[in-house]
Amino acid sequence: MITTAARRGRPRPAIVWLAVVMLAATVAAQPPAPAGELRWGGDPEGGYPYVEADPNDPTRVVGFEVDVATLIATALGSRPRFVSVQFSSIDASVKRGDFAIGMGGVEDTPARRATLAVTVPYYEFREVITVRQGDAAQFKTLADLRGRRVGTLGGTIAYEILLKAQAELGLVAVSYDDDVHPYSDLVLGRLDAVLLDHVLAEKAMRRERGLATQPETVAVGYYVGVLDKKDAALRDRIDRILLGAMRDGSLEAIFRRWNIWNDDQPKLYARVLASPTAAAGGGARGTADGLDSSHGGGPTDATAAVVRYLPALFRAALITIVLSCLAMALAVIAGVLVASGRVYGGPVLRGALTAYVELTRGTPVLLQLFVLYYGLAEVVRLPAFVAALLGLGLNYAAYESEIYRSALEAVPRGQLEAARVLGLSEPQVFTLVRGPQALRLALAPMTNDFVALLKDSSLVSVLTVVELTKQTQIFAANLGSWVVPGALCAMLYLAMSLPLSRAARRMEAKWKAPTS
Amino acid sequence: MSGFVLDARGVTLRRGLREVLCGVDLQVSRGELVALMGLSGGGKTTFLRAVAGLEAFDGGVLSVDGVHLQPGRVPSAKILRALRRKVGMVFQFHYLFEHMTAIHNVWLAPVHVHKVPRTEAESRARVLLEQMGVAARAHALPRELSGGEAQRVAIARALAVDPPLLLMDEPTASLDPARRDELGDTLERLTQSGRTLLAATHDDDFVRDYADRVVVMADGRVVEQGVPSQVLTSPRHPATRQLLSQKKNKTDRGSTP
Repeated sequence: MITTAARRGRPRPAIVWLAVVMLAATVAAQPPAPAGELRWGGDPEGGYPYVEADPNDPTRVVGFEVDVATLIATALGSRPRFVSVQFSSIDASVKRGDFAIGMGGVEDTPARRATLAVTVPYYEFREVITVRQGDAAQFKTLADLRGRRVGTLGGTIAYEILLKAQAELGLVAVSYDDDVHPYSDLVLGRLDAVLLDHVLAEKAMRRERGLATQPETVAVGYYVGVLDKKDAALRDRIDRILLGAMRDGSLEAIFRRWNIWNDDQPKLYARVLASPTAAAGGGARGTADGLDSSHGGGPTDATAAVVRYLPALFRAALITIVLSCLAMALAVIAGVLVASGRVYGGPVLRGALTAYVELTRGTPVLLQLFVLYYGLAEVVRLPAFVAALLGLGLNYAAYESEIYRSALEAVPRGQLEAARVLGLSEPQVFTLVRGPQALRLALAPMTNDFVALLKDSSLVSVLTVVELTKQTQIFAANLGSWVVPGALCAMLYLAMSLPLSRAARRMEAKWKAPTS
Repeated sequence: MSGFVLDARGVTLRRGLREVLCGVDLQVSRGELVALMGLSGGGKTTFLRAVAGLEAFDGGVLSVDGVHLQPGRVPSAKILRALRRKVGMVFQFHYLFEHMTAIHNVWLAPVHVHKVPRTEAESRARVLLEQMGVAARAHALPRELSGGEAQRVAIARALAVDPPLLLMDEPTASLDPARRDELGDTLERLTQSGRTLLAATHDDDFVRDYADRVVVMADGRVVEQGVPSQVLTSPRHPATRQLLSQKKNKTDRGSTP
């Protein structure tokens, strides 16, 4: 009998949805946050100097955002309570009420202003280009980077700038889930430049050797806190606290402590204090590369946004299907080889293949992708798509091999003996009798796996491959809502998986009918 | 050496501690139809499997039309290749390849083992199916065939590679009396054209009507043999008597397992 391989590491959307359902359940049942506590959310992966785990006590977080949150909480007469959240989910989480205020390098954008209650800006940053030292003379501006790969953190102003430059200047925008790997990939040569906040660039310069940050400012942006729209009153109180902290120098003290104080800040404070509501209200001030035009604005533009994002979603869906088909082809070929080795091979080969199967099935595919792309980078520098293909393909090969092995063992002995008595050699018994019969038994579980692979392919977004789920995340972050992007994304996945199941059923029916 | 198509002397075979064959002596001449009878567990099927090279035997001498099998281990690939040209086998449950049509089952070995061109092999397969009376079912899948049809396709498949010795395990088990007679006539034609047949069977009517000789096995050795009319009417060995008395009590004689 064929046993369907137990399903593996769930794709991230599944986790997100599970988390959404569970959180919704707990939040619904949960009384409002106790008075005297300010729940604030941030991404501890954002790292120094924003929010990071305290090296001396990893249960605590430290960073300038922690200090700003503490300042606000203290002034409100409450204690700060940190809630960990993924950077790209800060907006959605604050809307859901997971915490009162989201902070940690949160940028002031028109989209946020349209959908959230945004505090006054409390820090001004510059988007800067970092390159390898050897290229410093060659790549000074985005225009110099035509045809080159430029990385940044996804869902940020910098990414929007790069997308715009991709369309207008012909560079290649590469989106990352964190701010560390763009710089390490720059050192490795996978990228030719990184565009990010100067705070992150300076941090990277201390960490990596051989990099140079260009003096020119590509754009200017601001860090803000974000609250739900219905918390506008709380936002106003926090604004007054921030304005007070600008006046009395306590914000300056915090930024000086974290070594990110510079001459831009007093000018920002002066503007904000002069006109708290208007200052920097339009988001980052447009520069040569302009920002305002690239932002859709409020939810009234949702239809326009859908139209604008649809081609990108289709492209991403194409990447998903191509990647899945190639990875499945690899999984099938490698799976047949592994299964044949385990059925026919000697003890050494069988042991090695069993170890491969157990290691692959027993560890998360996400970990395998990281190791393949980043871990092996010192030895072999795989392009992202190739690493994604190998990671998914070799992972699924382990599952496929188990399907084939049990299918091979399910072919009746009598069939094999009948073939041997006729004089067929062992390879012929395999290719003419045992293999074809096993394949018919394996078809249903294989189809199952292909559909699972289609969805697991969303995991490769951690390797900078922008496939359907990642593109949807970008879309949702830009739109400030998951409803429409989520529905479109689901429809595209179904449009890919349903015909597949049908094709498999047709093939099964055809094999049951007489042939030749 | 001997003029026998099958020459077995003192063949022994152990499975674990159990001796399944304890010195089988059996010689079969060209063109003979020999029936192998005996109670279940007497070693008939095991002996056929050893002759077909599906099972290694532990002692004695076994040769098929000049191919000598060594006791003690699985024969070498070279010996096996030679043996496969000499021996065909029709299994009790036929074991037709389930994913292929009847005619594909028949031409598979000629094309892939004997490198006969596909069209030639196919037309020869059609002739064989016609001879067996199942040409109309050439394009049916095995699971669409009745037991008798599958039986005859299995014989056609075994004959397609033209082996001098054809082994059959319970050839009449899935046949009604009319079909059984058809099969008997077919087998007689085969022996007349020089083929040698060795069939393990429980069907004494079939044996009486068609076998040239009957060999009775019990407890892993040959205990009695002779012309069917003689052995079946006046058996000398207790095992043969037991076998025949069992038969008389049976009403459904054609379908003993």
